[in-house]
Amino acid sequence: MLLIRCPHCGDRPEVEFRHGGEAHLARPPEPAALSDAEWAAYLHQRRNPRGPHAERWRHIHGCGRFFNAVRDTLTDRFLATYPTGAARPDGTQQGDPA
Amino acid sequence: MSMRRFSLLSLAREALRGHSGWQPQWRSPPSPAAAYDAVIVGGGGHGLATAYYLAREHGMRRIAVLEKGWIGGGNTGRNTTIIRSNYLFPESAALYDHALKLWEGLSRELNYNVMFSPRGVLMSAHSVHDIQSFQRHIHANRLAGVDNEWLTPEQCKAFCPPLDISPHARYPVLGGALQRRGGTARHDAVAWGYARAASALGVDIIQNCEVTGIRREGPGGAVSALETTKGLVRTARVGVVAAGSTSLVMAMAGLRMPLESYPLQALVSEPVKPVFPCVVMSNTVHAYISQSDKGELVIGAGTDQYTSYSQAGSIQILTHTLDAITEMFPMFRRMRMLRAWGGIVDVTPDRSPIIGLTPVPGLFVNCGWGTGGFKATPGSGHVFAATIAKGEPHPIAAPFNLARFETGRMIDEAAAAAVAH
Repeated sequence: MLLIRCPHCGDRPEVEFRHGGEAHLARPPEPAALSDAEWAAYLHQRRNPRGPHAERWRHIHGCGRFFNAVRDTLTDRFLATYPTGAARPDGTQQGDPA
Repeated sequence: MSMRRFSLLSLAREALRGHSGWQPQWRSPPSPAAAYDAVIVGGGGHGLATAYYLAREHGMRRIAVLEKGWIGGGNTGRNTTIIRSNYLFPESAALYDHALKLWEGLSRELNYNVMFSPRGVLMSAHSVHDIQSFQRHIHANRLAGVDNEWLTPEQCKAFCPPLDISPHARYPVLGGALQRRGGTARHDAVAWGYARAASALGVDIIQNCEVTGIRREGPGGAVSALETTKGLVRTARVGVVAAGSTSLVMAMAGLRMPLESYPLQALVSEPVKPVFPCVVMSNTVHAYISQSDKGELVIGAGTDQYTSYSQAGSIQILTHTLDAITEMFPMFRRMRMLRAWGGIVDVTPDRSPIIGLTPVPGLFVNCGWGTGGFKATPGSGHVFAATIAKGEPHPIAAPFNLARFETGRMIDEAAAAAVAH
């Protein structure tokens, strides 16, 4: 089980959280202006990297808030957690084909 | 290399000679040749089957299978070996039943005992929703020509005596859907049998050879060569069958896939005498179980909630499944678990596989089997080989094209899975 540091509550066990998928995916402001390929890419294509991965978590059995994390998907080690809306911390990009 | 066939005579002769005359079952050259007509990336069951059918049915001879580790060491060696074809949608039923029909003759076809055992797969129902859903499956399967039948709780108990059908259970068994043609097979034997048969037809199986790059110097950006840890391999046709690592391989060709890779765990108990005659799956309490011929109970757990390549999952996923197993089969409450492990499964948005062409000419992909690919191994290899050889989708593979995520023609087995992952 992972130990996850909620930016608002501190270290808590994984069972208090829900994983929310890849982070920093912005919904296109005008979906109707996109081609089918662009819309499909937004909906379905994911980087799925082996290494640092920026992802969303929700502290659903705690404060209930979403936040972002960078986790190494090879070791499951968290490199950083940070509030939604904040930029991805420096030094966590290496190896992620973002 | 000519393959020495297994027969009663050859077994008896070797028994008398102290088994001193057996040869390696397949060739595994230390490094690839400079060029091939087709290269399969990934030496699991699906990749080896693809190479076998390319050689056997399409007459291709210069074929290589490149495997990063050892053959059958990925999800082929990490799953719970359950085989069934009672999927809801016609496209899925056609694909998985194609595989099941190949399973039925596979040991004879390969001259290698894959220990296919059609002992029956029973899916237990614990709620009104389960009953309605399973009966819908049964009707859909009957229309698709796939066997699947409804059992009362008493019939379930007769078919699987360890099952607790008492009304005092926390989630009482209200009935079940049984596919009698379903069952299990020996996972290692599937990889080894296909490797042996493919090797005999001239396929080069290169182990410890990781693909590190895809060159696209052909017309229209077509595939021209693969960079590997054992040198450059020229080829105009590449079939990627890399399961959980598919996103990484396809990214080398500049493609981003509709895939996410999750850990999926399984575990086995200490071996005991035969106690469990079939396969039982329960969606509602999330348990699936069978007994191997070695005597171990083989139990499948769920996926973790997060993507990972660690080939290990969290302990609470295992204990959750064991809670369900011991609830349904109280006789197993004092059994000890021997080993647990994880595999990395590549999951698509609609939980159906992707088999076919890609936007890159010469590059083909067979992936997205998610949590249930083993059962499809022969059918997957068979239709993928035809797709590679002809450059157009095999009719059974056609609905599983990569473009469906753009056109919207999903095959949404996500809601129809035997066990929700």
